[in-house]
This record gives sequence, structure tokens and C-alpha cells, in this order.
Amino acid sequence: QDLSLPNGTPVDTSSPASSSSLLNRLQLDDDLDGETRDLFVTVDDPKKHVCTMETYITYRVTTKTTRAEFDLPEYSVRRRYQDFDWLRNKLEESQPTHLIPPLPEKFVVKGVVDRFSEEFVETRRKALDKFLKRITDHPVLSFNEHFSVFLTAKDLNAYKKQGMALLSKMGESVKYVTGGYKLRSRPLEFAAIGEYLDTFSLKLGTIDRIAQRIIKEQLEYLVELREYGPVYSTWGGLEVELSEPLEGVSACVGNCCTALEELSEDMTEDFLPVLREYILYSESMKNVLKKRDQVQAEYEAKLEAVALKKEDRPKVPTDIEKCQDRVECFNADLKADMERWQNNKRQDFRQLLMGMADKNIQYYEKCLTAWESIIPLLQDKPETK
Amino acid sequence: MDDCLAKKMEITVSEAEKRTGRNAMNMQETYTAYLIETRAVEAQSEGQCAPVDSLWRRYSEFELLRNYLSVTYPHIVVPPLPEKRADFVWHKLSADNMDPDFVERRRIGLENFLLRVASHPVLCQDKIFYSFLTQEGGWKEMVNETGFQLKADSRLKALNATFRVKNPDKRFTELKHYSDELQSVISHLLRVRARVADRLYGVYKVHGNYGRVFSEWSAIEKEMGDGLQSAGHHMDVYAASIDDILEEEEHYADQLKEYLFYAEALRAVCRKHELMQYDLEMAAQDLTSKKQQCEELATGTVRTFSLKGMTSKLFGQETPEQREAKIKILEEQIQEGEEQLKTKNLEGRDFVKSAWADIERFKEQKNHDLKEALISYAVMQISMCKKGIQVWTNAKECFSKM
Repeated sequence: QDLSLPNGTPVDTSSPASSSSLLNRLQLDDDLDGETRDLFVTVDDPKKHVCTMETYITYRVTTKTTRAEFDLPEYSVRRRYQDFDWLRNKLEESQPTHLIPPLPEKFVVKGVVDRFSEEFVETRRKALDKFLKRITDHPVLSFNEHFSVFLTAKDLNAYKKQGMALLSKMGESVKYVTGGYKLRSRPLEFAAIGEYLDTFSLKLGTIDRIAQRIIKEQLEYLVELREYGPVYSTWGGLEVELSEPLEGVSACVGNCCTALEELSEDMTEDFLPVLREYILYSESMKNVLKKRDQVQAEYEAKLEAVALKKEDRPKVPTDIEKCQDRVECFNADLKADMERWQNNKRQDFRQLLMGMADKNIQYYEKCLTAWESIIPLLQDKPETK
Repeated sequence: MDDCLAKKMEITVSEAEKRTGRNAMNMQETYTAYLIETRAVEAQSEGQCAPVDSLWRRYSEFELLRNYLSVTYPHIVVPPLPEKRADFVWHKLSADNMDPDFVERRRIGLENFLLRVASHPVLCQDKIFYSFLTQEGGWKEMVNETGFQLKADSRLKALNATFRVKNPDKRFTELKHYSDELQSVISHLLRVRARVADRLYGVYKVHGNYGRVFSEWSAIEKEMGDGLQSAGHHMDVYAASIDDILEEEEHYADQLKEYLFYAEALRAVCRKHELMQYDLEMAAQDLTSKKQQCEELATGTVRTFSLKGMTSKLFGQETPEQREAKIKILEEQIQEGEEQLKTKNLEGRDFVKSAWADIERFKEQKNHDLKEALISYAVMQISMCKKGIQVWTNAKECFSKM
């Protein structure tokens, strides 16, 4: 089967991995519209490292693949946040026409959040896992040289120091250094994308604030509930016949407290970070749009310059052709990425919001079970003595 | 119980009306009047319904009735009135006595009070109570004519005054302690419940903001738009649902409040026993000292120190005639005192017996009522959980269509 990149470059699949083992590793995924997967990446197993100079966390990055570019079918390396950050920067540099997925926030206010708490580390791990999976799913980014090295190198630091000396098999993208050209007007379709992203990130920001407010209100509600339940117990201590029913109510309220605590935790750990990721995503996408504008502006400026000089047609410098190529490439890559992004976004939010609804349903179900279970206790007739 | 008034007569407080009038100081005032409707429950033949009688009463008249009952039947745990002023409110509830929700809940509370009295085996037979329900004019005068205010023991109001009682009935002492604790715990419960209601209100209402933002977001989406929009609608429904939920919970709070006030009535009975016992002990002590005085005068020995004794020693003895006169008076007083003591003893024992019978009745009523209240509270919580599950399931379905 001939796999090829969207831009037509064929990919060499004559690898030692047989088709049967490839079939064994197949994981049909709706996302890829029937494409077969040949690269799987997972982030797990966070570990704390205590050194003299610093303390930090590393994560295990496991890769399973049948791609020819990889020497082995499996890899397992340990990476820390810095390494992910380095990877993202490299991807931005080397693939400037593409949308690079966001990383979870780099800086954490010390004292407010415990960087080594289980919850924080788990939230970060999920985000890093998502980051790598998004790259894996991308038909261009997943073949990036830096990405391969990230997944496979035992000593990443050594590679980092080598700088940009490596040449990639795919042919390295041209570094888009554009200086100070101003675009007159954005083409409609990209203007629409820009407007969309503006409104989108605005709405997400609002949702983030609402969600935070809800969590805050829930925690305040929880504080009161925690005082409420025990009063029934105190009362039960005064009574004889009502003792059990009152204790039952007290225990019930206690169960509801636990359920509510779990709901708030889930929302904090699972819901909010994904929202924030998408806000960061939008920001980086807007920057890519700006870069695209720059490239187009350069092209238009050079065209104008030539028109003014009124040079002969045959002497049209390849410089302008290159510019035109760049513009067209950029536009094509960006459009393809936007479509892909829109689709993924829809699925991500579908999952996220369904998850939020699920958590709330589970909370109410736990409370319902608690209250239903004490009804028979409350209705119990006392034994006649 | 079969003879009680409640079985023979249907009693309702069916309406409340705002009135203006002039008070005792001829100043204009606004108050609420309540319509009491009564109808005889006769063996109704061929669907015939007895006619409905009705009259209007205001809260102060209910108070007068209750005061009369408390004084006239001190051995009975007299049902309490609904609160005079709105207490234990959470922020959305009004503390205003004229607020329609407060008036409505008070109407129900007043009806409940009348039904409680009407179903009490002793209280239901009271003529003043009957007139309260049936005689509009001249009722106040009738009550005052009974002279019940004179019978009222002002010491009952002095809750904190301690009386050194040597031999109270231990059951009453324990019960008084219980009623104090009960008051304390129910107050605490009501206070915290109000705060819980406040917070829960906040949680639900903030969800309403999702409705608006989902709607705005759906405007820029193609495939996701419909799902978001309809989910937003469910968030609005969720936010609105808390109003009814908390209104229903107020009825539970009212049930608790009734027993908070009942605790006071219970305490009053215990207090009455304490005071009766105190009076008894004081009377017995007085009698003993008079007997001693008498003996001393008769025998001429002074065993106890008395100022009289000292002065007579200093300034000379009394004449035998004077002494005889004194002894005679004392003997009369002693006889009176012994009669009174006998009566007091009997009264005390009667009181203990009848009060304890009513207390047992009350205990059973309390256990039954509070159990019912807890059940209805649990049912309310179950209903709230089911509504929550419904709304979020609907929202989830909308999200799944995104």
C-alpha cells in the first residue's frame, strides 16, 4: 500500500515490519477516516527526581511503530517538561505553516499550586499525552525529524546541543524570516478564521470563568454541608426512638459531601485544563495566521517593486516565484490544518462536555442512592417491647 | 380522642388579607387578618354539606388564645404558634412580615395550630377555644373576663431565675434538660440549613450563565451549533429549578420550627412543676418554723435564735397574756398552713400525674411527626436528585449531537 503525504511525497514503507505484525497493531480510529495507524505514543509513569540543584518530574514516553524511519518497533524514554517545551519550539521553527498543538502552562505560581501533588502531575501528564497524540495524528508533523528524535533518543540533551545541523529526509522547510511587511488586507477566508478564533477564545474564556465560579460555589456549599450533617447526629444523641433515623440522615448528608467533593475535583482536574489548552491553542493559531499574512505581504511587496521597476517579463526573478510558492504552500497547509483542527475540536469538546454532564449525573446518582437507602430506615417501626 | 373537636368539626384557615386600622394609641397600622372557616362534620346524608361558618382573626388574637390556654392548663404541653417574625431566613427569603410568602406560610402554621388544639383530648373541650372559632364579636372581652391573667405565674417568664428545689421529680428535671438541648440543637440545625440553602441557590443560579454563553458560542459554529444551543436551554432549566426545590424545603424548616417552639412549651411544664415544688417546699418550711416558734413560746425554751427572742431577753419578757395571744395566732396559722400544705401536696401530685400523661402523649406525637418530617425531607432530596439527573442527561444528549 502506498502511503503518501498530502503534498504528494511518497513514504517508504519497505521496512522489516511485516504486514501481519502491522495488522496486529492496527487500531482503527474514526479520526483518520480509514487511514491505518502506524505510530502510537503514550505518556505515563511520572517519577520524581531529587537532585542537588533541583527537583523535577520525568514522564515515560512509549512509542510503538511500524514506520520505516524508526530503527526499532518500540521505544521507551524518559522526558521532562523542558523537553516537551523544546520539542514544541523546534516544531514551530521547522513547520511554521502548520498549527502546533499547545502545551500545558509552563509556569505555575509557587505556593498556590503544589507542583509535585498527585493531582497536578496527573493533570499535566494527561495534557502532555494529548500533546504528543495530536502530533502523532498529524500527517506532516508526525514525520518531523525532531519529533522522531524526541521519541527515540537516549540522550536528548546531546541532540539539543547539536542545534539545527541535521538535515531531514523530507527536506527541511524553508525558514520563514520575514521582516516588517504590512499586509493590506487578509483574504476573506483567513479573515473569517481570524474572527472565528477571536470569538472562540473569548467564549472559552467566559466558560472558564463560569466553571471556576461554579467550583467555588460548590466548595462553599460543601463547607456548610459539612457542618449540617453532624448536627443531625448530635440531635440523634438526645433522642431514643429518633436516634437511628437522625443518624441515618447525618450519614446520608456525609455521603453527599463526599460525592460533591469528587465532582469538584473532577471538574478542576479534567475540565478546566482542557479549556485552557484550547485557549492557548487559539492564541498560537492566531500567531500562525499573522505569519501567513507576513509571507503574503512580502510576496505582494516584491510584486509591486517589480511592477514599479517595469522590468521585462523574462527577467522575473525566481525570488518572486519562491515567494509565490511560499504563499500558496502556507495557504494550503493552513487550510488543511484548520479543517483537521475544526474536526478534532468538535470531537474534543463533544467528549469534554459529555464528560462534564456525566460527572454531574454520577454526582446526583450517588446522592440519590444515599437518600433512597435511608427511606426504609426512616419508615422502620420501633420494636414493641 | 374520639370526642375531640377535630373529629366533629372541619377547621381551616383559608385566607389571609391585608388590613389597615387604628391601634390602641390611635395610630394607623397595617396588619394581616386570617379567615377561619368551620364546618360541622355530620353524618352527611345524600351528599348534603353542612354550611360553613367563618370569621376573621389577627395574629394577636391567636396569641391571646394561646396565653389563655397556657395559663389555664399549665400541665399541658400547649401547641405553639408559628413564629411571630421571620427567623432563620436565607438571603432570598424576605424577613418582612408583610411578604406574601411569609403570610402564606403563617396561614398554614395558624391552621396547624388550631388543628393541634382541636385534636388535643383536654384542650379541645375548652369553651374559650370553641368561641374563638365560632364567635366573632366580644371574644376578647370574654377571655379577659376569665381573669386568667391573674392566675398567670410571672415567675414562669423569668426563665433564668433559679429556684433551689430540694426534691423535684427527677423525670421533670431530666425533661427540662432535654428541652433545653432540643431547642439548642434545632436552632443550630435551622441556622445551618438556611446557609446550606443559600449556597445551593448560588450553585444552581451560576449554571444559568452557561445558557447564555453556549448560545453565543453556537452562533459561530456550524456542526456544533445546534447541540450547544439546546444544551444551553437545559442549563437554564437547571438554574430555574432551584426556586421550587427550596420553596418546598421551607415546609420542612417550618416543621422543625414547630418542634423548636414545642420545646419551649415542654420546658414551661417542667418549670411549672419546679415552681409548684418550690412553693410546696417553702410552705412546708414555713409551717415547720411556725410550729417551732409555737413550741418555744409554749415551753419557754429558746432553741433557735430569733431577734424577738433577743429583744425580749434584753428588754424584758412579754406578759403571759401576750404570749397566749401569740400562741393562739400561731396555732391558727399552723392549722391553715397544714390545710394548705395538704392541698398543695395533692395539687402537686395531680399535676405530676396529669402532666406526665400529656408528656407521654406529646413524646409519641413528636416521634411520629419528626419521623414523617425526615421522610418527607428525604423524599424531597430524592426528587431533587432525580431532576438533576434528568437535566444533565438531556444536556448530555445535546452534547452528543455536537
